[in-house]
Amino acid sequence: MCGIAGLIHRGKSSNVGSELQGMLQALKHRGEDSTGYALYGDTDGKHFIMRFKVGENVGEGSSSVMEDVSVYDERKKIVDQTLSELGAKVVKEERTLPYSLRYEIDYDVKDLLNFSQTIESIPGVEILSMGKSLEVIKDLGNAKAVCDRYSLDKLIGTHAIGHARMATESGVDIKSAHPFWGYPFSDVSVVHNGQLTNYWNNRRALENKGMRFMSECDSELIAVYIAQKMREGASLEEGMKDSLTGLDGVFTYFVATKDSLGMAKDTMAAKPLVLYESDDLVAMGSEEIAIRSVLPQEIDTYDPFDGEVKVWRI
Amino acid sequence: MANLKNVTKKTKAQEMGMHTEVLTGRTQQKFFNPDEAENFYYFGTYDVDFNKRTDLDVKDMTAPEANKEIDNLMSQGYGTIVIKNPQGKHSLGVGILNKLNLIFEGSLGYFGMGSCDGPIVRINGRVGWSCAENLMAGKVVIEKNAGSCFGAAIRGGDLICKGSVGARTGIDMKGGTIIIGGDAGAFTGFMMQRGRIIILGDVGINLGDSMYDGTIFVGGEIGSYGSDAVDSELTSSDQDWLKRKLKVAEIGENFDVSKMKKIVAGKKLWNYDNLEPTEKKGAI
Repeated sequence: MCGIAGLIHRGKSSNVGSELQGMLQALKHRGEDSTGYALYGDTDGKHFIMRFKVGENVGEGSSSVMEDVSVYDERKKIVDQTLSELGAKVVKEERTLPYSLRYEIDYDVKDLLNFSQTIESIPGVEILSMGKSLEVIKDLGNAKAVCDRYSLDKLIGTHAIGHARMATESGVDIKSAHPFWGYPFSDVSVVHNGQLTNYWNNRRALENKGMRFMSECDSELIAVYIAQKMREGASLEEGMKDSLTGLDGVFTYFVATKDSLGMAKDTMAAKPLVLYESDDLVAMGSEEIAIRSVLPQEIDTYDPFDGEVKVWRI
Repeated sequence: MANLKNVTKKTKAQEMGMHTEVLTGRTQQKFFNPDEAENFYYFGTYDVDFNKRTDLDVKDMTAPEANKEIDNLMSQGYGTIVIKNPQGKHSLGVGILNKLNLIFEGSLGYFGMGSCDGPIVRINGRVGWSCAENLMAGKVVIEKNAGSCFGAAIRGGDLICKGSVGARTGIDMKGGTIIIGGDAGAFTGFMMQRGRIIILGDVGINLGDSMYDGTIFVGGEIGSYGSDAVDSELTSSDQDWLKRKLKVAEIGENFDVSKMKKIVAGKKLWNYDNLEPTEKKGAI
């Protein structure tokens, strides 16, 4: 089933980590195999933030294969060495969990595709996000569990999207969890609720164009599809509108960039979305109770219609 | 055994092209016959007084707790109940098989007022997906917008949304009337079998797709017609009925109904007798 939620503050920052946690926790009955956050925090914009993993969460319920924890350290060493070879300087390093890391990198990244491909050529390493503002954090468990594990409730920023996942078409693991980074674009992320039926056709075509897929989760296709459209010169909104015909199946999805948040709904309107829109805040989720967690007072909400695409800026 | 051949079927509604407004099944006749109605009670229903009124704050209640408390209040004779702080909770007010004046001061989530028979409900907010699914009788009025599958499979009563509704409104409906003050989404009236839908605004693609019977009236633009949905002549009887209905519904009272479009089943796909499975058992 899965649940998605997102919000964007316009003209100000807020505690988006805590707000999104509340929204996603309200949707936990839609799936708590994994939960993911794409948070756009307030930063000075000087450094790239790279969230990456060197292994999987192999705890209860995971479909991943158990590994010796020592391989995580070995992979980290290779990542550090590779970054050094690329001329990137790690100015800040956080290792929240043995398999999950956050680096702030001082590096003039001219070609993010080449940079990412080099890092991800290290076996077992996956970049979860790259950006000057974006941080993708995803792990097994419900919203509160993941928020507590990564101490996200204090994060201040302008906008965020998130996903509560009930695994159906791929494994219970971090690589299949949402949000997906819009590789190789800085600060682009995607969450999706639904099923895509032309996944393999599109995947083969996009791989032939040099795009990469890290999972077999159909939702990853949306991030890659839109990223490819942007590579070809389309705007975010144009890419999203194109996806209404290019992607087959039922879907409601959100895309976020450094300064915007968008939603798209398939032409059969088969997946739910409730939307609240005001001058200073847009909040949306699979169910109204997600919005109620940040706006408990009586408000006007509505369901976007079939084939609708909307984009808001901060 | 019901003698179905002797049932008089010609009514004004049928003259208007609403073929099956008078239901021919044995149980349906009993349930909807005014003379029989007094003899029919659901087990566990209560004799309530509409003048006896109370408030119920459900902010800190789960949906089952709130619904149980509504039942408890009815058992005490309360005929008017005002629900405070519903805050988008799912499944509120479901399964009320009682006469009752129920007012929600706020919005409901999914499946609000599902499977009800008899209450008069006003929701001063919005409703999520599948509001009033399987409504059998009564009236439900939503002051704001509604989600998808609004009035799915209703069998009777009036379901009114003063705002706009999502996709698949009136899907599989088998009776009753749905009235929309704003716009409606794709696949409105999908596979409907009886009853009427009125949309004052625009409607999305595939209107009335695979409808078996029933009637849809549209005041605005139609995105596209669904399979086997066709235009029909809007008669003076239709217009009279629409005016009365919109007035009673407190919606679009001054709307020019003469310009509405009337959509019915083309019956090219039609393979449908108007007995439901339970009725067939009675006829055998």
